[in-house]
Amino acid sequence: MTDKEIDEPTGVETTGHEWDGIKELNNPLPRWWLIILWITVIWSVIYWVLMPSWPGITGHFAGLRNHSERANVDAAIAALETERSAQMQQLLSATSIDEIERDPQLLQFAMNAGGSLFGDNCATCHGAGGQGFVGYPSLVDDTWLWGGTLDDIQKTLHHGIRSTHPETRLSIMMAYGETGAFSSDQIDDLVEYVTYLSGREADSEAVVRARADFTQQCVSCHGADGTGDPQQGAPDLTDAIWLYGGDRKDLRETLYYGRAGVMPHWTERLSDEQITALAVYVHSLGGGE
Amino acid sequence: MLNRHEIFEKRSLLLTVAILFVVAIGGVVEIAPLFYLESTIEKVKGVRPYSPLELAGRNIYIREGCYTCHSQMVRPLRDEVERYGHYSLAAESMYDHPFQWGSKRSGPDLARVGGKYSDAWHQQHLIDPRSVVPESIMPPYAFLDKRELDYSNVEAWLKANRAVGVPYTDEMIENAKTDLEAQIDPFSDVYDEFLARYPNAQIRNFDGDARSVSEMDAMIAYLQVLGTMVDFSTYEPEENYR
Repeated sequence: MTDKEIDEPTGVETTGHEWDGIKELNNPLPRWWLIILWITVIWSVIYWVLMPSWPGITGHFAGLRNHSERANVDAAIAALETERSAQMQQLLSATSIDEIERDPQLLQFAMNAGGSLFGDNCATCHGAGGQGFVGYPSLVDDTWLWGGTLDDIQKTLHHGIRSTHPETRLSIMMAYGETGAFSSDQIDDLVEYVTYLSGREADSEAVVRARADFTQQCVSCHGADGTGDPQQGAPDLTDAIWLYGGDRKDLRETLYYGRAGVMPHWTERLSDEQITALAVYVHSLGGGE
Repeated sequence: MLNRHEIFEKRSLLLTVAILFVVAIGGVVEIAPLFYLESTIEKVKGVRPYSPLELAGRNIYIREGCYTCHSQMVRPLRDEVERYGHYSLAAESMYDHPFQWGSKRSGPDLARVGGKYSDAWHQQHLIDPRSVVPESIMPPYAFLDKRELDYSNVEAWLKANRAVGVPYTDEMIENAKTDLEAQIDPFSDVYDEFLARYPNAQIRNFDGDARSVSEMDAMIAYLQVLGTMVDFSTYEPEENYR
């Protein structure tokens, strides 16, 4: 049956199959469809040859182009670093914030780099604008727990606070109630004392009663006048800025359970240059010293 | 030519053999590479099986469907590496069954979230995401803080993982329960043994409540270990280009 058989009513060639007198038409696939099919088949073969494809016993066939996504990303990062390196070096070698601020281009560079780093890494705790939350200090005011100079900020970024870094900044606000160091009454009196220190109205009798305890336990970090000590990360108790809230209930909780907020260290995650840029940005948020 | 198929259509045995042959080609192409998977996983130091507490956290992660919004793979693209850190390695998820690479990011990638934020931040963020990230669309998971972790069958979790290839030893399975408790107690009696079994595991009370093991403890322990096992200072990227 080599002759083509044409079905009369439709004028289409049959396949030659016949079932009880019924014959099958041989409608070919559309030409455009077949062309695309063959193009994809040919393309896949070209791709196998050029790109990493077949696995082998000891590794995989790397392809004639020797393509590696990882090599590409390393090259892209290296290119990025080269592009930035001049200004990054300038940032690193700057000895003071003034030196950076005198060079508007360098400052602009630091602000842009620092700003994007801040958004990725810091905004989650300190807020998108650095405004802070309860337990996470505001970076826009001029009150600093651990000092607000460029060096201080860099050190905080490098080592963190109560972090896993061996040189972490470390201060302890003891849990005076939980550990039993103070009785509940003593803590109530101290709450009044701290309220008084911050210039608010307080029970004067309680203030008098608390003075001895304050001198004995609190002065070593917070200072005799309660103004704190950035060397030890002790907050100023006389201002209106409270990391964990300043009303009596919050103060009581702070005294009873202690506070130990953690800031991770960034030495492993960010480069020295990035940390400097970030420090310049944080310094500029409003309160840099 | 058109009628050659008669050869097969009229001989069912031949047709069967021919079908088997064609299917076998597809089978070889799809299955054979799986035997050489080992060659695609680079050798890196530091990756260890999850500790029992981390594994419990991982179970909660899966239970709550975190993977529907969070991926766990930093892809080798410049912008991702800039944002999240070193691109993920296959070895880093070799003990993940199933892996949590994910394909959708309504939230950020979590492959390197370990150590990025404090425990207290994770706790507060899980209880009320918008209290720390006002623009967040993540639902709150406050109940994790209140629910005690049910780890009565922790040995079974380890055994199940061992069945699919995670090298948990008999010793690890035997001590799973004490190990789980040891990870939240810096003063536990088995501190050293625990660390010997799970090197570099972080030991501390993750949710600030020493009285019980909550689901929050497990969750934070898991989040804090993500992406931290490989020491990239000793990793040779050039040797692992692929």
